[in-house]
Amino acid sequence: MKKNIYLDHAATTPTDIKVVKAMEPYWTREFGNPSALYSLGQKAKHALDDSRQIVAKIFNCQPEEIIFTGGGTESINLAIKGVVLASNLKPAHIITSNFEHHAVLNAAQTLKNQGHEVSLVPVDAEGLIMVDKLWSAIKKNTVLISIMTANNEVGTIQPIQEIGAKLKKINQERKAKKLPAIYLHTDACQAAGALDLNVEKLHIDLMTINGSKIYGPKGVGVLYIKRGTVLQALIDGGGQEKNWRSGTENVPGIVGLATALKIADSKKESENKRLTILRDWLIKKILTTIPKTLLNGHAQKRLPNNINISILDIEGEALLLYLDAIGIQASTGSACTAQDLEPSHVIRALGRPYEAAHGSLRLTLGRSTTKNDLIYLTKKLPSIVKKLRQTSPVSVNMDTLHSSIKKYPREITSA
Amino acid sequence: MLTYKKPKKKKTPAKKSLATQVDIVPKKGEESWLYSDIVKEHFFTPKNLVMDASKVKDYDGLGMVGSPACGDMMKVWVWIDKKNDKIKKMQWQTFGCASAIGATSMLSVMVSENGGMPIEQALKIRPQDITSRLGGLPTRKIHCSVLGDKALRSALNNYFLKSKQKNRIVEEHARMIDKIAQVTDHDIEEAVLEGAITLEAIQKKTKAGVGNPEVMPEVEQLIKFYREKYFG
Ligand code: FES
Repeated sequence: MKKNIYLDHAATTPTDIKVVKAMEPYWTREFGNPSALYSLGQKAKHALDDSRQIVAKIFNCQPEEIIFTGGGTESINLAIKGVVLASNLKPAHIITSNFEHHAVLNAAQTLKNQGHEVSLVPVDAEGLIMVDKLWSAIKKNTVLISIMTANNEVGTIQPIQEIGAKLKKINQERKAKKLPAIYLHTDACQAAGALDLNVEKLHIDLMTINGSKIYGPKGVGVLYIKRGTVLQALIDGGGQEKNWRSGTENVPGIVGLATALKIADSKKESENKRLTILRDWLIKKILTTIPKTLLNGHAQKRLPNNINISILDIEGEALLLYLDAIGIQASTGSACTAQDLEPSHVIRALGRPYEAAHGSLRLTLGRSTTKNDLIYLTKKLPSIVKKLRQTSPVSVNMDTLHSSIKKYPREITSA
Repeated sequence: MLTYKKPKKKKTPAKKSLATQVDIVPKKGEESWLYSDIVKEHFFTPKNLVMDASKVKDYDGLGMVGSPACGDMMKVWVWIDKKNDKIKKMQWQTFGCASAIGATSMLSVMVSENGGMPIEQALKIRPQDITSRLGGLPTRKIHCSVLGDKALRSALNNYFLKSKQKNRIVEEHARMIDKIAQVTDHDIEEAVLEGAITLEAIQKKTKAGVGNPEVMPEVEQLIKFYREKYFG
């Protein structure tokens, strides 16, 4: 039988059966509108309230500070555009990194097109944000900093707590100077289920997570909005979710997300331990058995389930097709798989040249991943790589590659 | 003695075609990349592939091209039947996606089948000729097939040069369209192949006409021309 080894958990995860069960009553039986006064509506309202409490407990915040949205992308758009629009500044200035998810980068681009200012702070060769540059990017009209908790492609974990703590001090000085406060938003979609999401400890004002990366349903997200944060809604209507996100609440989805987050939180420690061992084993195995390979991202400050390795001289889409033919599903940063034929901006932001992005292979482990799956992969991968390398006229010189990474200019850019 | 009863043969379901076994979905986008069976066949078992470039000998022409579209590369070797002015054999190597590999493999079959293709005819091969033999390519993958026929022409030019037939060399000149943005007709052709088929998309990609509005009508003309050429 053909194997089916799913190693693309950063793209999306299967919905946990327990989550599906928890959602089940809210489709047909308890279908009420939470805004309705009769008991059917009130039951739905209770389900919403319970879900909000579950999330709030894990975030260590008040339930009122949690709103549900239609997914991670929507939460990010609301956080970024909402802060800028509410600031009443023209231009307002926001800071983010050249390493973020497209939801953040494209929301920033839209604001820029509307006359606002955007600074993109670079990351170092391991993908860690260059914190000094972050502080030097601050201007009088800065209203928001948005930095992801952990990266979706290469798994690098950012020092959000350190950034949050310092920003708190900066904001006190700004208050004395009557300058607008700078809010901190973090996109924690990839971090949820693996990292600590304690918003108080992290000193953040806005945080995004979504359901589909934590074995929950797709199309539902969370935005944490710290009390006192001024935000303008993007969707107007019946005033649900404290007016920040109108529209009848997706009750089954919300129940599913909360259940999924609860399960993920309870499994966090043991899964992290298990996956870290598998991750480090796989990274070492690939790097030592296949010549001309390069780890992308940080060796330790990295999500427990993320492996991203550039296999030089081959092209990622061809590699994925070969892997798929033997039952392994993975992902690549190659230009050939991208809608816009641009290689991964994340791998490029690390200072890696096009060739490294082309041959990048991302393997993201999950709950179903076993050591045997990875052994199977490591048995097959070398011969596939060998075959593709034989057919390739490209031969990258590793020394030039390393020196070009070192020389890569790391400057603040304006989107 | 044990009697062995032959188990009733279960009807075996029709063997799944490669097309249903292998599918790939783009990272971010709506269009699914279903490759035709022919593309997959040429991708998984490429024809006329060079396994070790250092061992290729006695060829008559060598061509190499890179695609600015996605940074891919292709190398083509040709052997010529000089008496009949035909291509005897074509071999190749490529760094690129399944479409690029499949298209080059198909091209190598096309020019060498039926006793070889006359050079004059080979020079006229268009990307569409390759893609139609492949049973089509996803729209955003058309540019991968262009790489193959360019590499072949470059190998034939190399043969003309080596065999002192300079008059037959077909030069591919680029024409400057926008002097300020330094955009040539080739740049626009590439951008169209990458899927920028509106004026707005072309401007975003190439900056043609952004600081130079007089060239806009010509840019529009070219977009129309290349759209018809490749997608019409
Ligand atoms: S070679 Fe890059 S998309 Fe085909």
